[in-house]
Amino acid sequence: MLGYIIRRILAVIPVMLIVAIFVFLMLRLSPGDPAAILAGDSATAAQIEKIRTELGLNDPLHIQFITWMGQLLQGDLGTSLISKTGVVDMIANRINPTINLALMTIIISVLLAVPMGVAAAWRHRTWVDYLVMSFSVLGFSIPVFVIGYIFMAIFALGLGWFPVQGYRAPTEDFFGFLLRAILPSLTLATIYVALIARMTRASMLEVLGEDYIRTARAKGVKENSVLFRHALRNAAVPIMTIIGIGFALLIGGVVVTESVFNIPGIGRLTVDAILARDYPVIQAIILLTAGIYVLINLLIDLSYTLLDPRIRY
Amino acid sequence: MKFKSRNFEGAETVLDIKDLSVNLPNQETVAPILDRISLNIRAGETACLVGESGSGKSVTSLAVMGLLPKGALEVTGGKITLEDRELLGLSHNELRHMRARRMAMIFQEPMTALNPVMRVGDQIDEVLQIHADMSASERKARVLDIMEQVHLPDVKRIYGSYPHQLSGGQRQRIMIAMALVLQPKLLIADEPTTALDVTTQAQILRLIAELQEKQGTAVLFITHDMGVVSEIADTVHVMKEGQIVEQAPVEKLLREPREDYTQKLLKAVPSLIPRKVRPPKSDDQVLQVQGMKKIYGGGGIFVKKEGTLAAQDVSFSIARGRTLGIVGESGSGKSTVARCVMRLIDPTEGEVRVDGNEIARLSRRQLRPYRRFIQIVFQDPFRSLNPRWKVGESLIEGPLNYGISRAEAMKQAGDLMELVGLPRDVLDRYPHQFSGGQRQRIAIARAVAMKPDVLVADEAVSALDVSIQAQVLDLLGDIQDKLGVAILFITHDLRVAAQICDDIVVMQNGLIVEYNSASEVLANPQHEYTRALTEAAPGREWDFANFCELKKTA
Repeated sequence: MLGYIIRRILAVIPVMLIVAIFVFLMLRLSPGDPAAILAGDSATAAQIEKIRTELGLNDPLHIQFITWMGQLLQGDLGTSLISKTGVVDMIANRINPTINLALMTIIISVLLAVPMGVAAAWRHRTWVDYLVMSFSVLGFSIPVFVIGYIFMAIFALGLGWFPVQGYRAPTEDFFGFLLRAILPSLTLATIYVALIARMTRASMLEVLGEDYIRTARAKGVKENSVLFRHALRNAAVPIMTIIGIGFALLIGGVVVTESVFNIPGIGRLTVDAILARDYPVIQAIILLTAGIYVLINLLIDLSYTLLDPRIRY
Repeated sequence: MKFKSRNFEGAETVLDIKDLSVNLPNQETVAPILDRISLNIRAGETACLVGESGSGKSVTSLAVMGLLPKGALEVTGGKITLEDRELLGLSHNELRHMRARRMAMIFQEPMTALNPVMRVGDQIDEVLQIHADMSASERKARVLDIMEQVHLPDVKRIYGSYPHQLSGGQRQRIMIAMALVLQPKLLIADEPTTALDVTTQAQILRLIAELQEKQGTAVLFITHDMGVVSEIADTVHVMKEGQIVEQAPVEKLLREPREDYTQKLLKAVPSLIPRKVRPPKSDDQVLQVQGMKKIYGGGGIFVKKEGTLAAQDVSFSIARGRTLGIVGESGSGKSTVARCVMRLIDPTEGEVRVDGNEIARLSRRQLRPYRRFIQIVFQDPFRSLNPRWKVGESLIEGPLNYGISRAEAMKQAGDLMELVGLPRDVLDRYPHQFSGGQRQRIAIARAVAMKPDVLVADEAVSALDVSIQAQVLDLLGDIQDKLGVAILFITHDLRVAAQICDDIVVMQNGLIVEYNSASEVLANPQHEYTRALTEAAPGREWDFANFCELKKTA
C-alpha cells in the first residue's frame, strides 16, 4: 500500500512536467511577440526591447525553460503584469472562497443526490424513479447562469431570504458565509446532483440484482439496511469517482457562478487574468488546476481500498 | 446402494404447500410459471425438488421465502403453511421476522451470495442482531459456536475475514452457518453444491445432513443432479414446466419411475462406466504437448514479483479422431492448459505441436495460418456468441479471414447448421433467440467451420441440463466420426468424461497425476487423488439409466 502511494506520487512528476512544458510554451508560441503584447499597443520599440531583456526572451529557448523551471521549483510563479503583485499571493487570496464554495456544493450534492439515486433504484420504474430521472435531465440541460439568476430572482430578490451577491469568509462570520454561499452552492449543485443521482441509481440497480442482496433479504434484514448497509457500500466505487471528479472540476474554477454571484474566487481570477492577458497568472492557474486534478485522482483511487476490501494495490 | 428409508409417519409437518400457483402479473393468458403444485415436508425429512432449468424449482423456493421478484412474478393462488402459520397474506414485516428464525435459505453461488465488503463474522452476526435479543458478547460467542459447528478451521481468524479470502467450500459453510444459527424449522437449499468441486460437494452434503440430524430441520433441497438426489433424499418431487409430475420416496423413484419424463431425466444421467474402447484409427498425432509450464503474473517494473504457478510438466498427445479428457477440480490448471494449447495465452515453457508444427513460440502474426487447425468451444453458450451478430455472421467470420468467398462461406454455414441438427434458416437469427443447448450447437458449428484438426471443448457441456448435455455429447461424437477431428475435452465431471473420452489426464495443482486410458482411470484409479475424485462422485453405485444397482463388470 505504501509502495503504491509512493509509486503514484512519483508518477505525478512526468504529468506535471508535461503540463509545465505546455504552460511554458503557451507564452512563447502565442501569436506575435509576447513582449509586444505585454508592453501594450502604445509601447515604443525601446520599451519592448527592455521587456524582452527583463523576461529573458533573448536567450535560447532551452535556457529560458531551465531558468523558468528553476524559479517554479522554488515556488516563484512570477509577478502579475497588471497588479505587479506576486502570483502566489494572488492565488492564495482567491483560493479560499473557491474551496469553501466547492466543499459546500459537494456536500449539498451528495446529501441530496445519493438518497435520490437510491430511492430511484429501489423504486425502479415507478413514479419515484421517473421523477428523479426527469430532474436529472433538467439539471443537466439548464445552463448554470440561468439557474443562478432564477434562484437569485426567487430567493434573494423575491423572497428576500438571502443576499443577492457577495462573499464572507467563514472564519470571521460563519453564518454570514452560509447565508451568502447557499444560493451559489445550490446553483452549482444542480448539475452535480443530476450527475451523482444518475450514477448512484445506475450503480445501485446493478448491485440490487446481486445474489448477496437476496441473501440479505432471505435472512430478514430490514429494507433500509438492505439498501444502505448492504447495497450502497457495494455501489460506492463509481459514485465516489464521480464525486471526486466533480470536486476537482469545482476547484478548477467555477467561472460563471463566481461571476454571477460576485465571489472573489479562482474562477473570477481566471476570467480577469484572461481578459487582461496576464500570462503569469494564467500559467499559475493552469499549473494549480493540473496539480489539484492529479491529487484528487490519487485520493479517489486510495478511497477505493477503504470502500472495497478486495481492492489492494 | 443404500438409500435413506426412514419413516416419517407421525412426524410433524413443517412445510405444507397446497395448490400453489405463480404467474406473471396481469398475464392470465400465458401458461403459469407454477401450476397448482402441492408438497409437504416433515421434521427431519429431506425433500428433493428435481427438474431441468426453467421447470419452476427456484420459483417454488422463492415463493415460500416470500422473495419473488416484485412486479415480475406473483402468487395467484394456493396456500403455503409453515408449521401452523399461513405465509401468504402475511405482511412484509411479519414475513421478514419469519426468515432466518423459522425458515432459512442457502443459495447456489457461494462466490456471490455473500456481501463482498462485509466481514463474514459480521454477516452471521447480523442475523442475531435482527432477530435475537442478545448482548454483543453473547452474539459473538454464538457466532463462533455455529462456525465451529460447520467445521470451519481457526474460527477467530475467519470471523474477521472477507468472503474473497475464503475458498468456495468455506463460503458455503458460512452461508450454512448463517442459515442455521437460529435453528429454523425449514432449510431451503437451492443447488447449494452445484458450483463446488465434487470433493467439496461431498463435504457440504455431509455437513447439511449432520446439522439436519442435530436440529431436526426439514430440508427442501433443489438440485438437477440425480447423483446428489440418490445420496441425500428421503422424498423426491419431479418438476416439469411448473408442475410436479411425480412424487415418491427416493428408492421407489429411482427403481420404478412412473412418468415418462422422470424416466427420460434418469436415462440422461451420464453413466460412470467408461465408453467402449475404440481401437485407434491412425497413429497420426495431431496434438502433442511437451513439458508445458505456465506461470501467471510475475515480473513487475520496480520489484520482481513472484508469479502463480498454474501448470507444470504437462505432456500429452492426441491422435486423429480420438478424444482426450482433462479432468480436475477448480484450480487444477485444466483450463490454463486448454488456453495455452490454443495460444489464447502464452505458455511460459514447453512445446505445443499441432500437426507436427511447433506453435508455442510463434509470434501472433506467425501463428495466424495455424489458428485454423485448432478451435475452441467455451463453457457458457450465453456469453460466447456475440449478441449483436446474426448467427450466420458469427459462423462465416473465421472462413472469411482465410479467404473463402462470402457466398461459399454462407453455403458451408448452412451445411454446418444441418450437421449440428438445426435448420438452415437460423443463420438469419440472433443468439438470444435460441436455448442454451441450441447455442452450444451453434458454438460447435462455429468451431467446426474452420475445419480444424483439433477441437478444444472447455467445460462445453457443464452449463447444460443433463438431457441437453447428452444430446450435445452425442453431437460431438457424430462430428468426430464424420470429420475425424481430435477432441481435447476439459471437464470437472467424471461422468461426462466417462461418456466421451478415450484417454483421461487427471490434473491436480497444475500437475498431471494420472494419464491413462479412460477405462483404466475410472475402473482402476492409481493415484490417491483420482480415487478421492471417483469416491466423491455422488450416486456412483447406482445405474440411473437402467433403474438398478450398477453391475460390476470388471
